[in-house]
Amino acid sequence: MNYQFEFGWLVEYYPQIAKGIAITIQLIAVGAVAGISLGIVCAWVRALGPAWLKPVVAAYVELIRNTPFLIQLFFIFFGLPSLGLKLSELQAANIAMVVNLGAYSCEIIRAGIQATPKGQFEAGSSLAMTPFETFRHVVLIPSLERIWPALSSQVVIVMLGSAVVSQIAAEDLTFAANFIQSRTFRAFEAYMVSTAVYLLLAILLRQVLGTVGWLIFPKRAAG
Amino acid sequence: MIEFTIWDILRNLLLATRWTILLSLVSFLGGGLVGLVLLFLRISKRKSLRAVAKYYIELFQGTPLLMQLFIAFFGLGLFGIDVPAWLAAGLALILWSAAFLGEIWRGCVEAIAKGQWEASASLGMGRLQQMRYVILPQAMRIAVAPTVGFSVQVIKGTALTSIIGFVELSKAGTVVTNATFQPFTVYGLVALIYFALCWPLSKSSQILERKLNVAHRNH
Repeated sequence: MNYQFEFGWLVEYYPQIAKGIAITIQLIAVGAVAGISLGIVCAWVRALGPAWLKPVVAAYVELIRNTPFLIQLFFIFFGLPSLGLKLSELQAANIAMVVNLGAYSCEIIRAGIQATPKGQFEAGSSLAMTPFETFRHVVLIPSLERIWPALSSQVVIVMLGSAVVSQIAAEDLTFAANFIQSRTFRAFEAYMVSTAVYLLLAILLRQVLGTVGWLIFPKRAAG
Repeated sequence: MIEFTIWDILRNLLLATRWTILLSLVSFLGGGLVGLVLLFLRISKRKSLRAVAKYYIELFQGTPLLMQLFIAFFGLGLFGIDVPAWLAAGLALILWSAAFLGEIWRGCVEAIAKGQWEASASLGMGRLQQMRYVILPQAMRIAVAPTVGFSVQVIKGTALTSIIGFVELSKAGTVVTNATFQPFTVYGLVALIYFALCWPLSKSSQILERKLNVAHRNH
């Protein structure tokens, strides 16, 4: 092997890399907040919601969980315009991430809700809470607390999966790596550095989610 | 201009599906073998071996599969190996699935009560014998459902190999779209084919989980 590794020249491409990192972070921030919210709504429907809505949500969850993210992305970006819905690369990428994480987090959160003892619902209604209030105050928070580690892992998985949005030319970190590669033909360095950045982002994201969990669930921190 | 019927599109996609299935099988089986090695390293008594497996798993689970594919595709070339897309695709997917399977199986081995190790040790069994006769038979029962569940991830993972130019179902979808200008239909069909491959596996994983009466675990 007579390949000379050189990483110094990458400094020149700092603006592209920084922009890529910013977009990747933006994608995961929107994806996590909106995706988990969607997941909570869907989990409520599947566990306690109206009977007619259950099969709709079940179909959504099964369809998303059993098809590749790349195809979901292509369908949204290339397929939907034929229905008259035209989206920018970044909008399509954001929507794909929310839709994807929504389906996975629905299943995870549902498991948390189903692990809640029946007595909790009864206790809620005996305090004259409506079913919604019981869900909101008594069931949801302990359920989320129970499944928070699993949910955090899923958010990290979705963040790593976001690398494919570069394929519809959304300018994320992978897009920056591809851009540098096509300019310099130094593929190895470009991909090694961006892989290392992804690894750092994954570690950082896990820390952030751990802190968020610690903030939302003060009970655990105290106990 | 040539008109393409749905059947024309579907036939081409189904032909490409063969490669998705073949690559999935290779990745899953190869990943299983490497994953088994990782499992033994991960539960070994030597601290250094445990660390090697731990860092391997962290590296492959903490970076995007797409990046691993890129590095395999471009990186192998540095060693003077001419890398066809299928080689890079197979290699990256095997190493990637190994990390996940190794970690899933470690969870299953660790779910076996400590007493089982102690009991078998008290019968004078060596470490390998303990694994072979006492631990693995019990752990395998727990492992069946999540392992089948992970095969779905492998099938979906093969979609990414289209990006480095391996012609499987996703790549065929892109090619057919470019020929027919019907992205809605084509990607809809592609999604349905993936669904037809993955859903039976997901379902059987759920059924197995219930049947083998194993509590739901985080994975």
